[in-house]
Amino acid sequence: MSEPTATIPVVDYLVLDDGPAHLVGNRCEDCGATFLDRHNACPNCGGRRIERARLPETGRIESYTVLVRGAPKHIGPFVSVLVRLDDGTYVKANLIDVDPVADAVDTDRPVRIVTYPVGTDDSGTEAIAFGFAYDTEGSAQP
Amino acid sequence: MSEDVWIIGASMTPIRRHRDRDALDLSAEACLGALDDAGMSIRDMGVMAVGTQFEPYTFGQQVQKQIGQTGIPLYNVHNACATGATAVRSVLMEIKAGEADLGLALGVEQMTAGSPPYRSMKPAEGNEFTAEGRDGHVMPTEGILGTGQMFGVFAQTGMDYARQHDGVGFEQFAKVAEKNHAHSTLNPLAQYQRPYSLEEIMSAEMLAYPNTLPMSCPTGDGAAAVVLVSEERLRTLDPEVRRRAVKISASVMTSDPYDPSGLAHPDVNTLTRLAADQAYERAGIGPEDLDLVELHDCFATAELVHYDNLRLCEPGGAGEWIDRRGPWRDGELPVNVSGGLISKGHPIGATGVANIYEVTTHLRGEAGDRQIEGARVGMTHVIGLGSACAVHILERAAGG
Repeated sequence: MSEPTATIPVVDYLVLDDGPAHLVGNRCEDCGATFLDRHNACPNCGGRRIERARLPETGRIESYTVLVRGAPKHIGPFVSVLVRLDDGTYVKANLIDVDPVADAVDTDRPVRIVTYPVGTDDSGTEAIAFGFAYDTEGSAQP
Repeated sequence: MSEDVWIIGASMTPIRRHRDRDALDLSAEACLGALDDAGMSIRDMGVMAVGTQFEPYTFGQQVQKQIGQTGIPLYNVHNACATGATAVRSVLMEIKAGEADLGLALGVEQMTAGSPPYRSMKPAEGNEFTAEGRDGHVMPTEGILGTGQMFGVFAQTGMDYARQHDGVGFEQFAKVAEKNHAHSTLNPLAQYQRPYSLEEIMSAEMLAYPNTLPMSCPTGDGAAAVVLVSEERLRTLDPEVRRRAVKISASVMTSDPYDPSGLAHPDVNTLTRLAADQAYERAGIGPEDLDLVELHDCFATAELVHYDNLRLCEPGGAGEWIDRRGPWRDGELPVNVSGGLISKGHPIGATGVANIYEVTTHLRGEAGDRQIEGARVGMTHVIGLGSACAVHILERAAGG
């Protein structure tokens, strides 16, 4: 196969073409509640004025599991993490660049969004996923 | 305030891989058993509610064609793993509203014969990527953006509790399964009836850390049903029916209130705490008054966090409580003496009625080898992920 001719984010709240890869969520203009998915009204306060919001690239792991037998066969064991971004928005994704074992997860270490290719379609478009990796720059808030 | 509603009939099928019995046959056995137990006929029932997660719509009316079509209102209900409890509460509300004085609630699931419609996992390659759904995904995201599968969600919920509380880890979660598998050895209705050692549980195949296979509920089939009656009507019934009647002192349902984390990862804690606190208040009792609890241990991690959510242990003390065997059948407050979902089994729609059957049977003093002696007050709890929570508090008839 030739070099990919285009890329597409694996979900539409991952932004690849505006500086460093980051997530964009939706924020209630009334109460400030922020979420990744699209809501017709705010699930917290019922407010109807929702604006797009660029989300921080760093956060901390609140919970995790290592899926072993339960993992999709074409993916294999993986580490699922719930991350609280520095602005308080929660995101679920994989912890990457670690062995898929419980001992590899350190909830005291800040994490940062990273991207990687996750598949290519018949027209050569490459899908780009995001995950979290330990933040060696250490810029997350404690 | 309206009068209490009482249980006068209860029945459940054994939970098994019922390869030769469909959902209608399982349903009919539970319904007819509950009617017989109450000394009632289907013609006495003024309302019916039927809970199932996987059977097609108007399934309840198909059950009526097996046990008696009398033209009464029938609610087909669907609320994930809280489905059965939702059916019970639907009948209870109809009686409380004065629309009926007798009703039948059924929960059922046949998970062996037809495979549940779990989401397919397509490989990542091929065709052309097209953004779909509200998140614009171009491929299934399970395993790429973490996990949304039940066993993964409840594993993460347990690890969140472990992160926040010292002395909670793999071993404490495994001890929950050790207890429930030990309890089910006394329950002939349970899908598993053999003990597992702690070592066997901890060295078994890992499903999603920290839950190994014996720490996770199996796939199984079964049905359970209860007959409910208004207090006014109960007073007119035979003394023997009144003697065995069990009062529903609280029936509470909650959905998940907003929490910032709940949109990314289901929060099973907050709505359980809300439901438990409301149930204690309505029943006018506290956790110290309970003689037994059947709670929603779909995975060992879930049971441990619910000790705390249901106020059964000291705040933050769930790990320490299982370490000192508090929830064992001979401990301070027996939890899941049926074996729980981990060992008794978890036919989705049946579960929220089966736990009411279990507590009712103990309060009547009819639980045989697994009887908790002198039980007077019990609690049931279920969670349907997404989420729905139901808590019931049941009490033995005074003088019973």
